[in-house]
Amino acid sequence: MSALIAAAPALPLHSAGKYVAAAYIVFVALILIYVAIMARRLVRNERELAELRREVLDRPSAAGDPELDAERTPWQASDKEPVL
Amino acid sequence: MTTYGRGLRGLSLATIVLISVALALVFFYAPLDADQGFVQKIFYVHVPLAIVSLCGFVVGGLLAIGYLRTGDRKWDMRSYVAIHMSLIFAVGGLITGSIWAKASWGHWWVWNEPTLVSYLIVVLLFATYQPLRFSIEDPERQARYASVFGVVAAAFVPLNFIAVRLAQGFVHPRVLTLGGGQLPGPMRLTFFVSLIAIALLFATLWKYELAAKNTRMQVRRLRRTLLGDDSVRPLGRSAAPS
Repeated sequence: MSALIAAAPALPLHSAGKYVAAAYIVFVALILIYVAIMARRLVRNERELAELRREVLDRPSAAGDPELDAERTPWQASDKEPVL
Repeated sequence: MTTYGRGLRGLSLATIVLISVALALVFFYAPLDADQGFVQKIFYVHVPLAIVSLCGFVVGGLLAIGYLRTGDRKWDMRSYVAIHMSLIFAVGGLITGSIWAKASWGHWWVWNEPTLVSYLIVVLLFATYQPLRFSIEDPERQARYASVFGVVAAAFVPLNFIAVRLAQGFVHPRVLTLGGGQLPGPMRLTFFVSLIAIALLFATLWKYELAAKNTRMQVRRLRRTLLGDDSVRPLGRSAAPS
């Protein structure tokens, strides 16, 4: 790595530097904004899933009904996290 | 059931590694351009963003053909996400190009340059894709009309490219040609690594968004199955496939 840096040309961060920096900052900012939006959606999905799970478990017929147990998906029956 | 999350971790890691390598090559390996100097470094982010966005539009059109042939909504969703991602990349390409234009030509935009204007026309064309979807409430019609639009607009991309190549009198350089281009070896290597890195980034984000949308749809379907239709909040008018 040090050999690579030694062989590399010096970075002339004068007047052109601000334009180059601006272009790469735009690129990084776009990615960060996108990831932030996706993270918000992920939180919403997780919240809805937790809400759904709570509602299903709170149902009066949720426990002790063999028919319902048979209809349940494996993750509900084994009380494990769903694999979506 | 389609699982879009499969392989996402490996793809994400490959993207991060390749973007890091590309940045190292750009700033520590590629020589300074004799004419433009340091400002030419923008080339390694601007051109890949523009190329990948145009390819993404074409891929979106091809995926739309998949929907029109099969009627399977997953193709519509794939096409929608590809066009959506391409628009984001295209905005990046336009902004970085504008910055480069200001640095090297002294203007943010040059209206008599065919490459710039034609790219802007393509981007504006695809920018109408989402409003078109938004204006149609029925999901089936929305998917069908959007797919037809996607196919026609995607066909416009190579036509536009050829028209620009045939145009005379331009300021915008033609760096990459079928004859091998004018880039020296280290610059060419850096450019192609950057191009592959940006293409991988596109693929990763495409899969990431598909996985998120797929998960959301499954949660809604699960809720409907377990708790009935009344328990599902209406989506409202949305441009996204549901």
